[in-house]
Formats: sequence, C-alpha cells, structure tokens
Amino acid sequence: MKKRIEQFIEAFDQRTGLHTGLQKFLYEEIPASSGWHQIFGSVALFLILIQFFTGIMLAFNYAPTPGEAYNSLRYILTEVTAGRLMRGLHHWGASMIIVIVVLHMVQVFLWGAYKKPREATWIVGVVLLLVTLAYGLTGYLLPWDNRAYWGTVVSTQIGATVPVMGPYVSRLLASTGDIGVVTFARFYGLHVLLLPPATLLLVGLHVFLVRRHGVAPAPGDELKPKKSFFPEQVFKDTVAVFVAFAILFTMAIMVRVPLERLADPTDTSYIPRPEWYFLFLFQMLKVFEGPLEVVGTVILPTLAILALIATPFIDRSRIMRVRQRTLAIGIVTLAALGWGGLTAQAVRTTPPQTAASSIDFSGPTQWMQLKPAELSGVHYYNQENCAACHNVVPGGEAKAGPNLLNTNKRHDQTWMLAHFQAPQSTSPGSMMAPVNLSAPQLADLAAAMLALTPDNGDIITTTPAFAADGAALYQKNFCGGCHMVNGVGGKIGPVLNGLSSRRTEAWTAEHFQNPQKMSPGTPMKVYPFTQPEMESIVSYLFTLPDKVPGQ
Amino acid sequence: MTETENHGQTRRTFHLAVIYILGALIGIALAIPTLIYLLLPPRSRKESGWVDAGDISQLTAGTPVEMSFQQSRVDGWRAVTEKKTAWVVKTPDSKVIAYGPQCTHLGCAYHWDEGVKQFACPCHNSFFSLDGKVLAGPAPRPLDRYAVKVQENRLMVGALKQSAESNG
Repeated sequence: MKKRIEQFIEAFDQRTGLHTGLQKFLYEEIPASSGWHQIFGSVALFLILIQFFTGIMLAFNYAPTPGEAYNSLRYILTEVTAGRLMRGLHHWGASMIIVIVVLHMVQVFLWGAYKKPREATWIVGVVLLLVTLAYGLTGYLLPWDNRAYWGTVVSTQIGATVPVMGPYVSRLLASTGDIGVVTFARFYGLHVLLLPPATLLLVGLHVFLVRRHGVAPAPGDELKPKKSFFPEQVFKDTVAVFVAFAILFTMAIMVRVPLERLADPTDTSYIPRPEWYFLFLFQMLKVFEGPLEVVGTVILPTLAILALIATPFIDRSRIMRVRQRTLAIGIVTLAALGWGGLTAQAVRTTPPQTAASSIDFSGPTQWMQLKPAELSGVHYYNQENCAACHNVVPGGEAKAGPNLLNTNKRHDQTWMLAHFQAPQSTSPGSMMAPVNLSAPQLADLAAAMLALTPDNGDIITTTPAFAADGAALYQKNFCGGCHMVNGVGGKIGPVLNGLSSRRTEAWTAEHFQNPQKMSPGTPMKVYPFTQPEMESIVSYLFTLPDKVPGQ
Repeated sequence: MTETENHGQTRRTFHLAVIYILGALIGIALAIPTLIYLLLPPRSRKESGWVDAGDISQLTAGTPVEMSFQQSRVDGWRAVTEKKTAWVVKTPDSKVIAYGPQCTHLGCAYHWDEGVKQFACPCHNSFFSLDGKVLAGPAPRPLDRYAVKVQENRLMVGALKQSAESNG
C-alpha cells in the first residue's frame, strides 16, 4: 500500500512538479539564528487569508449600495446565524493585521534585515503596509452607518487638501461635495475588486523575494550549521498563527462590534472619529492649523513613507547583532512613544459620543417604537422593581407573580389601575403590595404593561435607562399636550420625530432653558431641568425614529 | 541510533504533531461557523398575518371569483409587498375556500371554465373540480389552498399551503 502511494506521488510529480516544488519550499535552509522573532510574516499572511475568507462570506449576504448595505449588514448581524461571528472576525481581523504588519516591520527594521541585497523585499513590504491601510480606509465606509459616513467625510476631505492633486483625488473617490452612492461604489470597488488581487500579487512577490535572497542571517551564522524551515520554523509559525487565531476568535465572540444608526448626512451633532490606528494622524491635524494643515495631512505622512522606502539606502552598514543596533532601537522607541502619545491624547481629548448616537442598531430596538406613556411606564417598572416578582420573557425562572407578557389579553386599563392601588381588590389572595405612585404615573405603568406581547418582552430589559428616564420626564411635564411623538400627542408644537435631523442636541438643551431665545415668539415655557435630567430627555428625543411607525 | 539522533527524531515528531493538530483546530473552528452561516435558515421575522382580500357578501355558492390582494413577504433583509390572487369559492354549506392561482402541475395560471364548471389549465389540460380535486390531466395533486377566515363578510387570507400529494 505504502509503495502504491509513493508510486502515485512520483507519477503525479513527474507531470506537475508540485511535490518537488513543495519539498523545495519546505526544506529550504535557513540560518542558525532563525527563530521566534521571525513568526510575524506568517501570521500576517494567515490573517490576510482570514480576511479574504470572511470577506467573501460577508459578501454572500451583503448588498453593496448605500441603505441596502446597512440593511443587509443588519440582517447579517441580527438574523443570519453566526453572522455576528463572521463580521466580528472580519472587523477585528482588520485591526489585528495592522498590529502584526507593524510588528513584522519593526522586527525587520531592528534586525536590519532590509540591508543589501534585500532592499526590494523591504520596499514591497512598505507598499503592502500602504495597501493594508487602504483596506482599512475603504472598508470603513461599507457598513454605511453614521460612524462609517462621517469617518469617510473626514478622510476624503483630508485627501482633498493634497496640493495640486487634491481635486483629482476627490474626483477619483467621487467625494467632491457630498459622500454618496458613487463614493460608495468606488470604495466598494477598491475594497473588493482592486485591493485583493493587488495584495495577492504583492504578497507573492514579497515571498518570492524572501526566498530568492534567503532569510537574513545574523553575524556568526556562517560558522554554524543551517537549519531547515520545515518542521522547526513551521512549528513556531503554526504556534504563533494559532495564538493569533485564538485571540481573534475570542474577540469576535466577546467584543461586540456595534452598528450605529443609518448614515445621516444631516446629523450635525455627530462626532466623527477614525479607526484607532488612524487616531494619531487625526490628532496631529489638531497641531497644524490653517495654512499649515497641509503639513499634517500630506507633507509629514509623505515624508514618513519616503523615509521608510529610503531606509535600506540610508543604512548601508554591515549586518550587526540586534543589541548593537542602538540607533535602530532608539528610532523604534521614539516612533512608538510618538504614536502612543498622540493616540492617547486623541482618545483623551475626543468628547464621548452622545448616548443617542451610540445606540447599537444590531441589537433590539423595538423600544424606540413605544409611545411616551409606555416608555415612561418602563421607567416606573424598573423604579418599582417589578422584575423581582414578575417575568417578561417567555418561560423564565419561577417568580412569585405571574408572567406579564399577555397582560392585554386578560385585563384593561381600569383593571390595571385598580390592581396597582389595591392588588387584593382585583386579585384576592395576591401577595403584591400596592404600587405607591401618583395617578398619572400609574397610568404610564399600566400603558407599558398593556403594550407587552409575547414578542416584545425585551422592551423592558433592552430600553436604555436614559430613554425610559427621558420619557418619564416627558410625561411628567405634559410635553405630549403640545407635541407629538410616535403618533400620539398634541398639535400646538412641532412633531418631535425627526428632531435629530433638524437640530443639534446642544440646541435642544438650550431651547429647554431659554425657548424665547432659540425660537422667538414660541408659546413654550422654560423647563429648568437638572444636568442629568437634561441629558436624559434630550437623548431620548434624539433616539426617536425619523419616521413615525405605522404611517 | 545515538542519543542525539533519537532526541532529534522525537523533537521532529512533536513538531509535526503540533503543526497538524493546531492546523486542524483552526480548520474546524472556521468550518463549523461557516457551515452554520451558509446552511442554517435565517431567524425568521414576523410575516404579516392575515390580509384583507375583500368583501365576499356577494359571492354565490358554486361560482368561483378571482380576488386579488396585497400580501407582504420577507425577502432577506427586505420586506416586499406583492399583489397575489386567489380563486375564491363558497361551498353549498357556506364555507369559503381560497385556492392558490397556479396549477399544481407546472405552475401555469388556470381559469374557471363556466361551460364545464371546472377549473381548466390551458398549458397541459389539467382540470380541477370545484373542491380542488384533479379531474383530468397531468396535475399531481389537488389545488393549493390559502388559510382563510371570514370576519364580518370580509375574507381574511393567510399563508398558502401546499396540498397533500394524494388526490383524496
């Protein structure tokens, strides 16, 4: 049997040469000093393949046009089984590639592996770094949520400041004026049609060059016997790849990647921020203002790239031990400190996203459709700790009181109110204590209970506290007397659905404090909310759906 | 075999084992979610329940009428509303049946032939009786029926259910 297999392999090899080719590739001789410090290239290649694979998987359920892109991604996240995992792998894989590619580069730099005759390998590597960043930039737009949209507005505007070429860059990316369908098509085309084959060619060339020149030796290697790439180095590479994969997989499961609200070009209060690895650039732009801006946006990055490309031509010294390369170590340390400092500063100085703009739309959002009274009732449900005795999920652990999901099938508002005030009058033998709230508050609580159906029990558990609190304030101050929300309320004041696309949160807060200043002649009175109250009610109003449900 | 050679051989075996095991683990960790992702049906959203197809107070027993209505359907990430039709019949005992508009043979649209009092499919001459049974032709099973209920003379139509294979 064994002989048969060997015969087959030999016959196959005579016709294709694959076996000898693989043997030659695997049993390549590498210097005695090779080891754990050279694992990063393999890990980067592995992650690129993971990105290709998960990218294709996502494309199977993704519609590459604005709007539809958002809906289909939301479908992947909320309805396709394992969809969240696929997206998580692709999202965190992108970040991980940046980390690994930079570590790979730092290793090659510290060991001086770029030196003659390996200059071309290094330059192809620099180009691959730029390609990796281009993936990040173009992929950022594809979810078409607010974060994607506004992040891309900033990055394309930076591109537009390039002297002379700026307008052409804008036209190439179709980002002159507004970001729109054409911009999206360009970014998508770059991300999935241009960059992947370019990556394959460049990686192929990179690996070919590495093999052509052999793994860079350290001083003294010529005196020691060479090692074989397989299985010793492959073993180290595999262990590293496995550790990287385990971290990536864990992150994809544990760290939820949110989907923000659909891209809204009219949202003036959104604070755009780039992906973490671009934050240092973002921060540097704050240093260079006015006419100097071009220094931060174009001149410095271009110089940095040119310096990287020129590295092997500037440093023409003989190969040295890593520990003797103090200058290289110094440069890497300085770069790391500079990058870390700028990033930390960017994180520290960027104001936090408002509660309303950081809602995860890939999670349950049914609570947004509730009427103010119902949402206010959720506030009192939590305040009175009703969950101690009642369930609002099908099944659920045994509790003292009944499951509330079908309340509206059994009871009406009159019954509910009587029940809250004197539970035993409607349910003899009940252990429930009277609910100590005012009549309007009880009415809200009853409204929430009557809104429960077996399908929407999660409105109780998934409503953000600010929204329930804001709705309670809205009810307490009789805002519904003049304003309409989700189809209920008065018609004296403007409808509050869609407020987020008409005004900013700051404007709204100021309007509460000084209506006459913001809208002269308005009949609205002053509402002197406390700071936390103001945040709740404004955030609540800014999460209202633009379109009134059911209309 | 010397001590060092023996040691080298053990190391090599260990290296190979780790390479294959870790490689297989990564492969499995990717393959299982991928199969689930591609093959499991998506969690279904609520389909629109009952649709009002129209007034049936004028319907006379034994004379089918073609009625059309708007029904919504979930198509991936979209909710689409489509025009659907049904052949609606009132039976002598005042029950209402709504048949799907396609012949069970190859999906042609059939019509009511008033002369022979039968549903006739023009494609391959399948004929169905008023209660949906196959009378002649290649149709393999009776006409499909919508779930129906009547509320104050309005016909409410639900999902279209495929009829059983047999002609009973």
